[in-house]
Amino acid sequence: MIDNVEVRRGTYHDSVRLMQASRALQQAAGVEEALVAMATDLNCDLLAEMGFDPEAIAAAGPNDLIIAVRAVDEPAVAHARLILQEALVAKAVRDSPMLATPAAHVIGSVASEATLALISVPGEHAFVEAMDALRHGLDVMVFSDNVPIAQEVQLKRSADRLGLLVMGPDCGTAIVNGVGLGFANVVQPGPVGIVGAAGTGIQQLCCLLDDAGVGVRNALGTGSHDLSVEVGGLSTLRGLEALDADPSTEVLIVASKPPAPEVAERVRAAAAECVTPTVLAYLGEEGVTLEGAVGRTLDLLGKAVPAYASWPAPTDGHRPGVLRGLFSGGSLGSEAVGLAVGALGEVGREERGAGHTIIDYGEDEYTRGRAHPMIDQRLRLQRLAAAGRDSRVGVILLDVVLGHGAHPDPASELAPVIADAAAEGAAVVVSLCGTNGDPQDRDRQARVLNEAGAAVWLSNAAAARHAVSMVDEVADG
Amino acid sequence: MGELERLLHAEPVVVTAGIEVLAAALGAQSVAVHRIDWRPPFGGTEVALAGLAASPKVAEANEIAIARLLEVRPHLVDVLPAGEVVPGLAGRTFLHAGPPLSWEQASGPMRGALIGAMLYERLAATPEEAASKLAAGGVELSPCHHHRAAGPMAGVISPSMPVLVVENPATGGVAYSTLNEGLGKVLRYGAYAPEVIDRLRWMERVLGPVIGDALRRSGPLDLRSLIAQALQMGDDGHNRNRAGTSLLLRAIGAALVESDVATVADRSAVYSFVDSNDHFMLNVVMAAGKLIVDAASGIEYSSLVTTMARNGTEFGIRVSGTGGRWFTAPAPVVDGLYLGSFTADDANPDIGDSAITETIGLGGFAMAASPAIVGFVGGTAAGAVQRTLAMYEITMAEHPSYQIPILEFRGTPTGIDATLVARTGVLPQINTGIAGKEAGVGMVGAGLVEAPMECFADAVKSLARRLSDDAAA
Repeated sequence: MIDNVEVRRGTYHDSVRLMQASRALQQAAGVEEALVAMATDLNCDLLAEMGFDPEAIAAAGPNDLIIAVRAVDEPAVAHARLILQEALVAKAVRDSPMLATPAAHVIGSVASEATLALISVPGEHAFVEAMDALRHGLDVMVFSDNVPIAQEVQLKRSADRLGLLVMGPDCGTAIVNGVGLGFANVVQPGPVGIVGAAGTGIQQLCCLLDDAGVGVRNALGTGSHDLSVEVGGLSTLRGLEALDADPSTEVLIVASKPPAPEVAERVRAAAAECVTPTVLAYLGEEGVTLEGAVGRTLDLLGKAVPAYASWPAPTDGHRPGVLRGLFSGGSLGSEAVGLAVGALGEVGREERGAGHTIIDYGEDEYTRGRAHPMIDQRLRLQRLAAAGRDSRVGVILLDVVLGHGAHPDPASELAPVIADAAAEGAAVVVSLCGTNGDPQDRDRQARVLNEAGAAVWLSNAAAARHAVSMVDEVADG
Repeated sequence: MGELERLLHAEPVVVTAGIEVLAAALGAQSVAVHRIDWRPPFGGTEVALAGLAASPKVAEANEIAIARLLEVRPHLVDVLPAGEVVPGLAGRTFLHAGPPLSWEQASGPMRGALIGAMLYERLAATPEEAASKLAAGGVELSPCHHHRAAGPMAGVISPSMPVLVVENPATGGVAYSTLNEGLGKVLRYGAYAPEVIDRLRWMERVLGPVIGDALRRSGPLDLRSLIAQALQMGDDGHNRNRAGTSLLLRAIGAALVESDVATVADRSAVYSFVDSNDHFMLNVVMAAGKLIVDAASGIEYSSLVTTMARNGTEFGIRVSGTGGRWFTAPAPVVDGLYLGSFTADDANPDIGDSAITETIGLGGFAMAASPAIVGFVGGTAAGAVQRTLAMYEITMAEHPSYQIPILEFRGTPTGIDATLVARTGVLPQINTGIAGKEAGVGMVGAGLVEAPMECFADAVKSLARRLSDDAAA
């Protein structure tokens, strides 16, 4: 074994490159140990610990580069030097600003370095980029909405031919191999796989499973039009097939806002064929909730269904009046409507209604020229304040969605307005869709909302039932 | 491998186009992200681009077209009188650079060159007589590009001029270009003074036959190899051809000495003429380029650009999949360095077939190989590298032989895709000379010019129409 230590005076490289160079040397044939680093005190100590002679670097200072190699013989040392030369010099050339690659303008330009494309350009342009991505062998998530349905069909047929998946258009949420795309909560990888044409529906499933201690490795969004007659569930069926074939997926959930009946049947038939136990949750069908789907999933996994986190309102009393639902998540809103209609009868979906209303502020008509309400809360804040002042309103129900992509601290903006509404006598119920792994910190958000006067529920269905029951109470009383 | 194995189980590397917050969310998860600086396509091309993206035929056609473009091996074999070899040049036909043009539309240098050709061919005794005959339609004008030929600047080719003969031994394809006259007062810049005509006559009588004989003695000269070497010696193949010219002269040197078709004095004069004209190789590269683009032309549905050429009035392009149709826009004015006391006011709009070099991955596309070019066309060495790097985004391939040392011998960006130009807004970069706008003035400078977007947008729309018409038929 030969120790070879060289000091290059006044030679500087950044620490990341030196780390890469060290790694390249360590992997070289015949090399036992190697360190390439600036001669700081820390690095000199490290070198001594590795058993190299401290004398060799006695005169070196922080502006000097040390190259220490322990190898089986002289040729191995010489070989290591060649590798080092390449690791340091070639990179240096590539990093020169003159040679910096100009910014790319189309997906195809960098496709060879990627595995997946996330496209959120205006809908009329999404098709060209998505086709570009598919042709270059990438899976695709199209976040953009307003993509013509014929283009969606063509994208998904092309993906089928190429053995790829198109999630979307109008796909807000996905998790692939534990990585959240679009709006996604931070969850541990685990045995549940999800396929869904329901963005916040997927998020709710993930959050409830997370609260029950169960992880999700893959949640494939399909886009809100996938279960339409025209698209025929192409992505849902493909995702279902892939997750069914995946041995690490123990239970499958298929979730969707109300699908076209014949497509719903086709998916139901495919789910029945799956080897993996599969839970279907078509929101809008009698008695179907996301909470219920998670319950069945936990049963299939042999896990107990927990009492999902909730933070009761500090005070009980509130003025009589109608229900105002102010939602940012479409699937969460749909679920709430389903539950409210059962208990309250008619529930309006448009703002003008004088009776009970549940509005989805993520719908196109409210997002023209502004960001989604999960990012930009201003419109909802204003409607929340108005509902607080409106003496006809007894109970206000709203969702707050956390996770990647969402507002960094929604409670900070909502709390003062909630406090005002509560002071006016309205009851405020919050469905908080989040996990403690989320960047916004679910429990802290809950505390702030709760202290402002809101009853906070992790389960959207529980929040909706609670809100409805309070309206009921008043009606009965 | 299971279905969607990579998606479900591999660490994703994500390319994002659109909303920044979504890219940032990936960054927060320590996922490798490539952000695209996406921008809307050129206005009016959206529907056409979607139609072309929808069809697998376009991608398939482009694969064929670029393969044809890359496989051509041009060889310089001879120099012969144009009237004997260039198709369709019999009778009173003159060829010119760029898209089709009438005398009325012709700019100063183009008119000057046509007048000069009339004097040279003895079809007129005076410039005035030449002009009136040309105005009366006494000579038919036709683009070089329609006759397997390409000519720099005005690009005028008349029957008596000697032309370089470039062949592709594998296919028997052939293409032609004139011999370069040097700088100063020359026909291609619209000069027609007696010294210009005298030089043309000497070229016909001495230069052409001597070079032709030398080539026949030395055997076919592999231009692909010669151009590749020249790039590594600092040429761009368009405005810097010092290395290529030197290599050419070296290759035929012994044959020049051996030649018996002229006196020693004449052969010495030939050597000196070529040696003193750094641009001699330009016309050779252009003939090679014509051979290359013709091989890639006529592939139905392909969006490969096969012609970029200017006639001093209009800039025109042709695309492989749209037949012989020209898509034109007013020729832009070149941004560059001016000789002596000339200024932009003296400049004619862009002119010449020499943008064929950019069409085959040289010139502005190979500027990174030629930092010395900036002394001639302006700019900085770093800017030259950046211009080449920008061209990779609008081209289909990296040339297997034309390599750029400073880019770690990466091949030059080759084969412009008109759809990528429309999508990215990145325009082909052309290195070029600047002609004076008055006939007879000659060269006033050199610089850089971008091909006009309208040409590419129109080509994309036309290609999409062809595709949808054929699908409907």
